[in-house]
Amino acid sequence: MGKDLFEISVNGIKLILIFLMMVQAVPILVWLERRGSAFIQNRFGPNRVGPLGLVQLLADAVKFLNKEDFAPDKAVKTLFYAAPIFALIPATLAFCAIPMSVPLTIGEYTFRIQGYDMNIGIVFILGVSSLAAYTILMAGWGSGNKFSLLGALRASAQIISYELALGLSIVGIIMLYGTFNLTEMVNAQQGLLQFTALGHTVQTSWLPNWGIFYQPLAAIIFFAATFAESNRLPFDLAEGEAELVAGFHVEYGGFKMLMFFIGEYGHMMLASALMVTFFFGGYLIPYATPETVHSWVHATLIESPVGANILTTLLHFISFNIKFAVFLWIFIQVRWTLPRFRYDQLMDLGWKTMLPWALGNTIATAAVIYFVA
Amino acid sequence: MPLGGVIFLAVFIAIFGYILILLARFIGGRRKNNSSIKRDVYECGIPGQEKKDTKVSVKFYLTAILFILFDIEIIFLYPWSLTFREFISSGSGGPIFFSMMIFLGIFIFGLFWEVKSKALEWH
Repeated sequence: MGKDLFEISVNGIKLILIFLMMVQAVPILVWLERRGSAFIQNRFGPNRVGPLGLVQLLADAVKFLNKEDFAPDKAVKTLFYAAPIFALIPATLAFCAIPMSVPLTIGEYTFRIQGYDMNIGIVFILGVSSLAAYTILMAGWGSGNKFSLLGALRASAQIISYELALGLSIVGIIMLYGTFNLTEMVNAQQGLLQFTALGHTVQTSWLPNWGIFYQPLAAIIFFAATFAESNRLPFDLAEGEAELVAGFHVEYGGFKMLMFFIGEYGHMMLASALMVTFFFGGYLIPYATPETVHSWVHATLIESPVGANILTTLLHFISFNIKFAVFLWIFIQVRWTLPRFRYDQLMDLGWKTMLPWALGNTIATAAVIYFVA
Repeated sequence: MPLGGVIFLAVFIAIFGYILILLARFIGGRRKNNSSIKRDVYECGIPGQEKKDTKVSVKFYLTAILFILFDIEIIFLYPWSLTFREFISSGSGGPIFFSMMIFLGIFIFGLFWEVKSKALEWH
């Protein structure tokens, strides 16, 4: 009984910590986005509040808190207030299923650096993260405003359209690794690139065994579709300021608006983490398996086995975060580089370009596995 | 066990968000100006005349219906792709591969027909 209670409380605290980490990453990302956009557009960006303007978002949060809490007359109050709360849930729930480091073993107890280890990881992530469409519809319908409703409908139509290409591009990855479990998927990417073709084993000398070298097309389709899923430019038709003022959150102000922001950045983080896990070796350090890292740490740095375990986990966690940060930066850079699509172009791209390419990728992968390997 | 974690986290976030909203309401307070113009839809625009339950393009419904069809077909691919290699290594890869190719042929035909009948054209 005591052991169960310990397990439950440790896991509960871990889940809360992951959620809070996601929330506190948002101000940093917003700062990075504003400074990055300023850098791209050759201006300064926020640089007055605190060193390098780092405290700017804290000041913004205080300002948001001081705003009047307000709902228009025609709003459906329940939906209007529930939508920003539910905006936080899908991305966080999905993010907790992603392994962020090797499991930490202390004595007999194994601590996973992952919210929950499930053997249906991919299906769970896909299912939960697409609940975001409901949030947007709740906000759009609850505002009682035509702009909001149109923005919400556009956003949900866009999300479900790109969901198809997203889901199909993952089929190739599942065929490659033969599992739904994300930890097993990461472990399958250890070592150097090697594969069997027509009875010959091909071994490369310097490429890591990452998914991107097996499924480059799937990686491109997946990444583009996640841009659409998280409503970022060049697919931010949901917000399209020029035509729809601000889309589904036009009636929201103050802190409720900030919560939508956290949800959007959460989706961005989820997309980056999935990219890393599927295609870039997850938490693995290139050219080194967790065992070699552990033995190296044990031999050169730390004598005690527990300390070596902790340091190994930490090194892999840093490795994950470096890859993760690269993708977050790509999200920001793309946003400030590409212009927005027109709506019919967006739908054409989703249905007539990305879906057939993803289908072709699936068929080609299956054919290669069946005939060549 | 993971399900317990999922439910716990969802409930925690809901409570957390609710507390944040309450906090914002408590700190933000109410302003004196409470006129009907302020509480109008899209306050900074011209006075609203349209009803909320406005007509929306039927294209959205069509897209949603087509999405459900195609998404079910894609979900059907998942268990197949999971066990594909096992079937090949156990020697019965042929029937599995070719039956799925027939299914994908129907899928492609459906997509082609959908494009041909202009169900995906947005004006």
